[in-house]
Amino acid sequence: MVYSEKVIDHYQHPRNVGSLDKSSSEVGTGVVGAPECGDVMKLQIQVEDGVIVDAKFKTFGCGSAIASSSLATEWLKGRTIEEAQQIRNVDIVEELALPPVKIHCSVLAEDAIRSALEDWRKKQSQPNA
Amino acid sequence: MNESRRVYFDHQATCPVDPRVLEAMLPFFRETFGNAASRSHSYGWDAERATDQARESIGAAIGASGREIVFTSGATESNNLAILGAARMYRDKGKHLITCGTEHKAVLDPMKFLEHEGWEVTVLDVDGLGRIDLDALRAAIRPDTTLVSLMHANNEIGTLHPIAKIGAICKEKGVLFHTDATQSVGKVPVDVEAMGVDLLSASAHKIYGPKGVGMLYVRRRAPRVRLDPIMHGGGHERGLRSGTLNVPGIVGFARALELCLAERDSDSARVGALRDRLQRRFEEALTHVHVNGDQENRLAANLNISFEFVEGESLLMGMEGIAVSSGSACTSASLEPSYVLRALGVGDELAHSSVRFSLGRASTEDEVDYVAARTIAAVTRLREMSPLYEMALEGIDLKTVQWTGH
Repeated sequence: MVYSEKVIDHYQHPRNVGSLDKSSSEVGTGVVGAPECGDVMKLQIQVEDGVIVDAKFKTFGCGSAIASSSLATEWLKGRTIEEAQQIRNVDIVEELALPPVKIHCSVLAEDAIRSALEDWRKKQSQPNA
Repeated sequence: MNESRRVYFDHQATCPVDPRVLEAMLPFFRETFGNAASRSHSYGWDAERATDQARESIGAAIGASGREIVFTSGATESNNLAILGAARMYRDKGKHLITCGTEHKAVLDPMKFLEHEGWEVTVLDVDGLGRIDLDALRAAIRPDTTLVSLMHANNEIGTLHPIAKIGAICKEKGVLFHTDATQSVGKVPVDVEAMGVDLLSASAHKIYGPKGVGMLYVRRRAPRVRLDPIMHGGGHERGLRSGTLNVPGIVGFARALELCLAERDSDSARVGALRDRLQRRFEEALTHVHVNGDQENRLAANLNISFEFVEGESLLMGMEGIAVSSGSACTSASLEPSYVLRALGVGDELAHSSVRFSLGRASTEDEVDYVAARTIAAVTRLREMSPLYEMALEGIDLKTVQWTGH
C-alpha cells in the first residue's frame, strides 16, 4: 500500500495516543470495530462547558486506521460538541488522501467520534453520574 | 538503527537469481539463441541439446526420467495443466476430485473452475497445524475419484504433508496423485518413485532460478498418465504444452536445481538454525506470540508468527526496508485475511496479526538479529497504542466483548 505523506506522518508520529479516565462523567468513550475484522478504535473525549478539552485514541488496525483516528483526535480538541458532530468521514478521506480500499477506516473513525459523543451525552442525562 | 538498511526475508515469494545460474543462462540469449524446435539447422540442434540436458538433470533430481518433464511458464501453469488436464482426460472414469483447504490458489481455483463444469470437489479439512488426516483422505476417495491434489510444502506456513503416505493411499485406491512441490523441490528430498507421485509441479524462481519457467512431471510408467492439453499450437512437449521453449530459462532452472541439490543439506541446516534464532528472539522478548503451522514438519526457512494485538499491515509499515509478508487482509488484494490461516482455525484476529518471514541462502545471523530487533520495536510501539493490548492487560477476555463489527 502506497500511502500519502500525511498518513505516514500520523503513523510515525501519532497524535494523542493514550487513555482518559473512562469512569469520569466528563469523559465520553467510543470503542468501534472488531478484532476479527482487523480494526478496533477506541476514541475518548473530555468535555468541559460544552467544549472538548482533550481527546485520546488507541487503535488496532492498519496504517490508515491509525492515521484516521489520530487525525480525528486532533480535530476534536477545542471543538464544541455541536462542531464535533459535524465531522464527516469524507473530510478525513480528503485530508489524508486515503485510497478507495481504505475509506472504511475513515468511516470507522466517524463511528468512533459519534460513539464517544453518545457515551458522553448518556452520562450527562444520568443525574448521579 | 539504520532504517534505510534493506533486508530480504521473503524468499517464499521469490528469490534472486544465483549468479552461477545467470552465468549458465547468458549464452542462450545471444549465441545459442536457436528455437529448440528447429530441426533443420545447428542453431536449433544446439538449443535442443541444451533443453534435453536440462530435462535429464531436472528429472534425475526428482527420481524421474527426462522424458517425464514438461516445461511450462511456472508452477501456476503446471498446476492448471495437471488438474484440468487429468480431470478432462479421465472424465469418463469419473468426475470427482480431492484437495485440501490450505492449497495454493493455483490448485484451488482450477478445481473451482471444474466444479462449474460439472465436477465434484472434496476439500479436506486440516488440523490446527495444517495437517490432513490420512484416514479422512482414504474415506474421501470414491469409485469416481480420478485425482487427488495435495501440496508437499505449504507456501504460507511451511507445513510438510506426508507425501509418501498419501501416494501409497492413492496407489492402493487406484487414483492419480498430483503434488504441488513448488516450495519443496530443491529444499527437501523429493523422489517421485519413493513418494508414489504421478504428477508434480515445480518452479525455477523459488530456488534461485529465473521467473517465468516451471515444469510438470508426468509419470510415463505404472501408470502412464495422459493429459488433455490446455495450450494448443505447435505440438511442443509431446503435444502436452505447445509454445516455443524458454531455452535460457530452462537452462537456468536446471542449473538452479543442481546447485540446490549440491548444497541442500548444508543450506537447510544453516537456514534452519537462523530461523530458530529468529523465533527464539521473538519468544524471549515478547508475550502473546503464536507460531502458525507445524513446528515438527516445516520448511527450514519458514517462520509464520502472529503478534497478538497488532495488525499486520501496520506492523509491516513499521519495518520499512524489511521485506516480509503478512496474512492481514490489508496486505492482500482480496481484502480477506489469509485463507490458509483461517483453514487452520487460528481465528481471523490472529490471521490479521500474522507475519511470514522466509529466509534464504544468503541470509545471515546479523540480518536475523537486525530484523528481530526492528520487529520487536515495532510490535512494542504498536501494542502501546493498541486498545486490545490495553484490554488484555486489564484482564478483559477479548472473546467476551460485544464488538461492533462493520
